[in-house]
Amino acid sequence: MSDYLIQQIVNGLTLGSLYALVAVGFSLIYGVIRLVNFAHGDLMMIGAFLTLGLVAGGYAPWAAIPILVMLGGFAAGGAIERLAFRSIRDAPMITGFIVTLSVSVALQNLGLLILGGQPRNFLFPEIFRSRVALGPAEVALIDIVIPAVALGLALALALFIKKTRLGIAMRALSENMLAAQLMGISANRAVLAAFGLGGALAALAGLFWGGKFGQIDPLMGLVPGLKAFVATIIGGVGSIMGAVVGGYLLGFAEVAFVGFTPPAWSGYRDGFVFVLMILILLVRPQGLFGREEEERA
Amino acid sequence: MLRLEEVTVVRGSTRVLDRVSFTVAKGEIAALVGANGAGKTTTLMTLSGLLRPRSGRAFLDLPGNPLEIGRSAPDALVAAGLVHCPEGRQIFAKLTIEENLRLGAYLKRDRVAVGRLMEEVFTLFPILGERFKQSAGGLSGGEQMMLAIGRALMAEPKVLLLDEPSLGLAPMMTERIFDTLVALNRERGVTQLIVEQNAMMALEIAHNGHVMAGGRVVESGGGRELLEKSSVLEAYLGVAT
Repeated sequence: MSDYLIQQIVNGLTLGSLYALVAVGFSLIYGVIRLVNFAHGDLMMIGAFLTLGLVAGGYAPWAAIPILVMLGGFAAGGAIERLAFRSIRDAPMITGFIVTLSVSVALQNLGLLILGGQPRNFLFPEIFRSRVALGPAEVALIDIVIPAVALGLALALALFIKKTRLGIAMRALSENMLAAQLMGISANRAVLAAFGLGGALAALAGLFWGGKFGQIDPLMGLVPGLKAFVATIIGGVGSIMGAVVGGYLLGFAEVAFVGFTPPAWSGYRDGFVFVLMILILLVRPQGLFGREEEERA
Repeated sequence: MLRLEEVTVVRGSTRVLDRVSFTVAKGEIAALVGANGAGKTTTLMTLSGLLRPRSGRAFLDLPGNPLEIGRSAPDALVAAGLVHCPEGRQIFAKLTIEENLRLGAYLKRDRVAVGRLMEEVFTLFPILGERFKQSAGGLSGGEQMMLAIGRALMAEPKVLLLDEPSLGLAPMMTERIFDTLVALNRERGVTQLIVEQNAMMALEIAHNGHVMAGGRVVESGGGRELLEKSSVLEAYLGVAT
């Protein structure tokens, strides 16, 4: 295998991991309360700036920062649910749609207001940029850390939903909110947990995004958020495994498009992603892993 | 054990319950009968905390601890022993039978106790024990009803609210379910409030019955007594006598 090919595979794996981390949160939230949360990508931005703040301020040792960022993401995700989405939980789907879009725009503009529009250089320990030999190629350490952590966390999330009491409660709520409440499940707590977990993973994706690409800005969550949403749809909304597979599929497809087509085309990478989604949905409207399901009123 | 005082519930602009009052004594089986749209299901939803009364009050009277239902969250009511087995069974079809039963005991932290309760359910309904790793959606209608009752029993109810337990079941299965309900009442002293379209059947096993029409309780009395009142049956239940 050539050096170039290995590098492309690693790039696909890294980008796919970032999409997957955001996509599983999308899918989890949608699964529990059937809300398409367009503000979800902006939690990446919150995570990235939280990281930058913690590092620049020297508030915590590096090893603790990812954990603090995930806690911050959990709190931010939960707070957004509590403040903006709880009161419209029983409203028609279109209302939720509009509100999440509004929250997204509000977060971005709040970011612009406080942080300014200039992209900032991300601070990241040099160790992650050190090169590691991988066969004939050399890749950055971060390109190995990102997929390993993302896959580990996705697996942990899947196990959490499958095995734990709260996870089973989330699945019960997903299937029948009324009956779940009759079991004594507090819908508020489970929904809050879903937003918190999704937020934690998205915030960590923000940290990784900064580490991988070097610059962050208040609008950074918009496009990756949309693409993670596409990944969720490709995988089948509501399925954690589908979101992971969708994320990697999208990451690889995007990297392949940029890496193996004439350089002049690379500006169309975002367009390519959406065309890919449309093609997949033409063949499988419910996504790759989604079950055909009636829409809940 | 259950006490409703002038409970009024409004949905949209409709008064779906209009000053409903009745009581269910400890150890009693009460039947709530009436035509479609009379307010029976709404009464149960109000009692389990899913709907809030506009006015009036309802209580779960536990010894030394009367709980006002309109001010309690559904999970607090389940924890207190008021368990609602909803209309149409509402089992979690994508989950396994075991997971369904465990959800019934969601508020119980004691694993050993939950295991013991599950064994009791399997004794009552052996089919559930034989298939407990399978998804609940694969069960027949009657078996799903058993699962719904078993799931409710996992919460160790003091008061069981049952909404249309005979809905969609073959006569033999209906009989089996009703026999089980009577046995639960006699052997374990579970107080029950049963909503039924099949009024004759419900009134036969009930100590007392309440007839609803247009969101009100229009007639109350002993189960047998109501059965013998042909005026009640004809006027409100559409039973030819």
